[in-house]
Parts: sequence; structure tokens; C-alpha cells
Amino acid sequence: MVRGLTFLLLFQFSGEAVSRLFDLPIPGNVLGMGFLLLGLTTNLVDIKWFEEAAELLLSNMALFFVPAGVGVMVYGDLIAAEWLPITVATVLSTFVVMAVTGKIAQKLEPSADDDGGEDA
Amino acid sequence: MMGEKMLETPLFGITLTLVTYLLSQKLYRRVGKVWANPVLVSIVSIIMLLQLFDLEYRDYARGGDILVFLLGPSVVALAIPLYQRREEIWKRKRPIMMGVFAGSLASILSACGLAWILGGSRDVILSLAPKSVTTPIAISIVEKIGGIAPLTAALVVLTGCIGAVCGPEFCKRIGITSPVATGLAVGTSAHGIGTARMLEVDRLSGAVSGLAIGLNGLMTTFLLPLLMAIAGHW
Repeated sequence: MVRGLTFLLLFQFSGEAVSRLFDLPIPGNVLGMGFLLLGLTTNLVDIKWFEEAAELLLSNMALFFVPAGVGVMVYGDLIAAEWLPITVATVLSTFVVMAVTGKIAQKLEPSADDDGGEDA
Repeated sequence: MMGEKMLETPLFGITLTLVTYLLSQKLYRRVGKVWANPVLVSIVSIIMLLQLFDLEYRDYARGGDILVFLLGPSVVALAIPLYQRREEIWKRKRPIMMGVFAGSLASILSACGLAWILGGSRDVILSLAPKSVTTPIAISIVEKIGGIAPLTAALVVLTGCIGAVCGPEFCKRIGITSPVATGLAVGTSAHGIGTARMLEVDRLSGAVSGLAIGLNGLMTTFLLPLLMAIAGHW
């Protein structure tokens, strides 16, 4: 558990360091995910070290977003100032992106486990 | 005063978040409706409680920030389900890349286009552009193209909540049934918050959703300045 958490933080740290050092547009944690994937594929680290800690973090990931969401209250005035374009564009665009991404990916997917659309 | 001393430690923010979240989960299990999404209910309840008792966001954030910090190692941990399902995912690299590319393009065009039609200011249109991208990437993008960074941060969270609450059901309703396509759709649109929801639905979907966070962030980073240059030529 502690080992997994330590290594996750080490990977995040190295991602953060590389991101800052080279002034990359990718944040350290996303880079750290890439590094860990690389480390696993090259057998540099063992997946067993991580399983417990990863399970704990991933199954509770939604909880960690709650305070970030509460932070929106600070910017209430900014949203209120132009609430109509902001809310309509945000809501509709969120659905547009899901539809476009999902439909295209599904269409191009190898049909091996394709169970077809329900009421497309 | 004793009350003020209590607010000086992270205890208040962490406890309030955990208690609210547990109660929201209970409510969700009881009613089983999409709108009762525990993240959404928790956020709204905490905002209402803070305002009701006239408490500062700062006092809450002392504890809240500690929970948000755990998002960092959580994103790194997304490599674990990705690695476990690497063969299924690698086989679908083409649909995954094409799907995220189209989604990234659709996100910029639909968000900016709709805001423009509805009379949004230049600041708002630019702040909306990276709304489907994970917060740290979205902020660095908007600082480069010139929008309001705090507004973008708020819109990213809003987008994530909508995608997390409605994503899986919306995909099913419009005929997106494969776990890879569903995870990709929700991750591309609703980044980490959507991914957190997909991890609860299905591990493969969650893994692909996590991959989409990084891919969409990268694609939007390069696509947006390109599109702005094209738009600037008109």
C-alpha cells in the first residue's frame, strides 16, 4: 500500500519535473501516467506494487473532485455575467462531443465484440 | 473564538466533504436517479451550506485542497487499468485516435460557435474553447490564447459534472454501446470527472476514458492555436 502510493507520487514527481524543465504543455500527472505505463511495459516496475493503492485512489476518484467543484462558487459572478451563452454552449457542446467521439470510435472499432446499437 | 480556530485546520473541509459525500452516496442508492449523482449533490450541498452559514471558500479549501491533491496520484494510477487492458486498447488505437481527434475538434467548434451565436463576448468564447480538457491543461491553453483562466476552471468542472451525470445514459440512448467507445466519449468530453464516473461503471471504459484525458489535452493544445490562426485569416 505505502509502496504503491510512494511510487505513484514518484512517477507524478518525475512527470512534474520533466513538464516544468522542458516547459511542456502536458501537466505533470498526465506525463506521470505515461511514464508509469512506460515503466510497466519495460518491466522497470512491477504492477503488483501498485494494484492496492491504485484501486483505493481510482475507486474514490469522484470524491476528490468535490472540493474542485465547490470552487466554482467563487466564480459565480463571472458565470452570471454572461450566463446564457455560457450555460447553453457548455451543456450542448458536452453532449455534441460525446456523440461525435463515441459514434466515430464505435464505427471504426473492430467488429469482434460489437453487439450493435440498440435504438440508433 | 472557538469556531474560527476550528476553521484554521484542514479538519473542517475534509470532514464536511466526506460526510456530505457519504450521505449523497446513500441518497443516490436510495433514489437511483441520474440527477442524484453523488458528486453533483455533494458540490451543490456544500456550496449551499457554506453560503447558509456565511463561511468563506478559503476556510473550506484548507481541507478541500488536500482531497484535490489526491487527484494527482489518481491520474498517474490510471496507468494501471490501461496496462491491464493494453491488448484490447492497442487493437483499437485507430478508432481511439480518430474518435478523440474528432471530439477535440467538435468541442472547440461547438462551444465557441454556440457562444458566438448567442452573443458571448470574446473573453467568454476563448474561455470556453478548452472546456473539455483536464483543468491544468485547460488553464495553460487559455493563458496562451487569452481568456479568463478562473472562468475556464469553473467551466471545465461544469462540463465534467454534466458528462459524469448524463454521459453513460446518453451514450446508451444514442446507440453507443461498446465499452471502449463509451469510455472514450465520456473521457474526451468530461475529462477526469467523467473518468471517475466511468471507473464506477466499467473498468475498461474507465481506462479508455483516462487515456482520452491525455489525448484530448494534447490534441486541443495543438488544434486550438491552429484553428485560431485560420479564423484570424478571415
